[in-house]
Amino acid sequence: MRRNQVAVVGAAETTELGVIPNMSQIQLHADAALNAIADAGLKLSDIDGIATAVETPQQIAHYLGITPTWVDGTSVGGCSFMLHVRHAAAAIEAGLCKTVLITHAESGKSMIGKQPRFTPADSLNGQFEAPFGVYGPPSMFPIPVLRFMKTHGITHEQLAMVAVVQREWAAKNPRATMKDPITVADVLNSRMIAYPFRLLQCCLVTDGGGALILTSADRAKDFPKKPVYILGTGESVETPMVSQMKTFDSSRAFKVAGPLAFKEAGITHKDVDHLMIYDAFAHLPLYGLGDLGFMPHEETGKFIADGNTRPGGKLPLNTNGGGLSYMHSGMYGMYALQESVRQMRGIAPAQVPNAKISVCHGVGGMFAASGTIIFTNER
Amino acid sequence: MAEPARAKPKPTPETQHFWDGTKAGELRLQRCDACANVYFPPRPFCPSCASRKVSVFKASGKGKLYSYVINHRPAAPGFTPPYAIAVVELDEGPRMMSNIIDCPQTPEALELDMPLEVAFQQLDDKITLPVFRPAKG
Repeated sequence: MRRNQVAVVGAAETTELGVIPNMSQIQLHADAALNAIADAGLKLSDIDGIATAVETPQQIAHYLGITPTWVDGTSVGGCSFMLHVRHAAAAIEAGLCKTVLITHAESGKSMIGKQPRFTPADSLNGQFEAPFGVYGPPSMFPIPVLRFMKTHGITHEQLAMVAVVQREWAAKNPRATMKDPITVADVLNSRMIAYPFRLLQCCLVTDGGGALILTSADRAKDFPKKPVYILGTGESVETPMVSQMKTFDSSRAFKVAGPLAFKEAGITHKDVDHLMIYDAFAHLPLYGLGDLGFMPHEETGKFIADGNTRPGGKLPLNTNGGGLSYMHSGMYGMYALQESVRQMRGIAPAQVPNAKISVCHGVGGMFAASGTIIFTNER
Repeated sequence: MAEPARAKPKPTPETQHFWDGTKAGELRLQRCDACANVYFPPRPFCPSCASRKVSVFKASGKGKLYSYVINHRPAAPGFTPPYAIAVVELDEGPRMMSNIIDCPQTPEALELDMPLEVAFQQLDDKITLPVFRPAKG
């Protein structure tokens, strides 16, 4: 895909985040979508492309009253929205549609109008993982981490520092769910969830949503908000069975998606001003820093523990507080994208001064899928 | 009221040989006749070279502990926490999820790379699960 041909011209989250007991999941989609459409200064009838995950595009299109000429229902977990951005950019460039709406919402805490996730007993996951006691992401996502720690010499204290540093970012963000400072000791003494991970190393469970609007870069200059251009993109999948990853030392899906995006963007790691790495659990930023090529995996724990990713550090990472402290309704990728867009617009609560390039990396379905989007505010 | 039951696998035509094996006290894997790749989970073709000429064989049942979590909460139905969910690397190469029996479910007892051997846990007259215990000797 060519660089900077498509831009984000509308971006918004749901009016409220956190616990929203008065709204169903589909209404959360609509709330975010209407906010993003208003942000872009558009009418519903201007939208001719729609993408969403978990809920189907037909549900969202009908509920909003949109008649699209392009739809994408890619649903590969929490990074689905990174893939939607990539697919939408290609579709706009190909002339299949002009203005795409991407929505996410999840009533993850209040569970209103949300279908329960279900693993059929005759699926491969149902036969070869579920019988051994996996039960939701906290029991599955951390399964590789002990091997990762042994191979790369990562310590429990370094993994605790991921949560500590992200809370420092969250403290700057009025919309963050958890804002009180925490220490390594607080993390390592919090309730055990699935050894080696404790409560403060696991993502929040909240309600909320977000939406993006994309159009061609040529049209983008006529919109009310500063356009944020799509500089590079990548995606891949590996396996829905965490036990069947090629190795636990890295993520194959990360190692495909990340470098694809960097190559397409034509940038090096030194060019990155701002970084988001989807942090459903505390090990993911370490996988991401290594697999995206910022540094060898062996150095990632020390890099974070030494403060390089905290406010004022040389590589600002997860500046909204991340899934650990900002919010996590179940599919956090949309919120990572929203924070990258805010940083590129220059309006983030914890704004990185003069940031021009933002890398936003997502993971989905444990390590099943990955998507990377690189944004810039300069064309 | 009965305890909520543990998730039970339902075999498909492609996996039936595996579950027939565990019922007979054998851990069965597949090997490609064309490229000798040994793979898991079961399927009637080689995921390395796409050959449909593959054979089922009885694996050694030996492996080592590749990684694990000790799950505290939420616990799956039929499990009493804390319990380890392990990934075992078989001597033949493939890895599989399982549980570790005859071993305290603690970080001290569960050492990465410890040698393991297969054991079989019967759930009912159709399904027997492969689990692993610390290898003797």
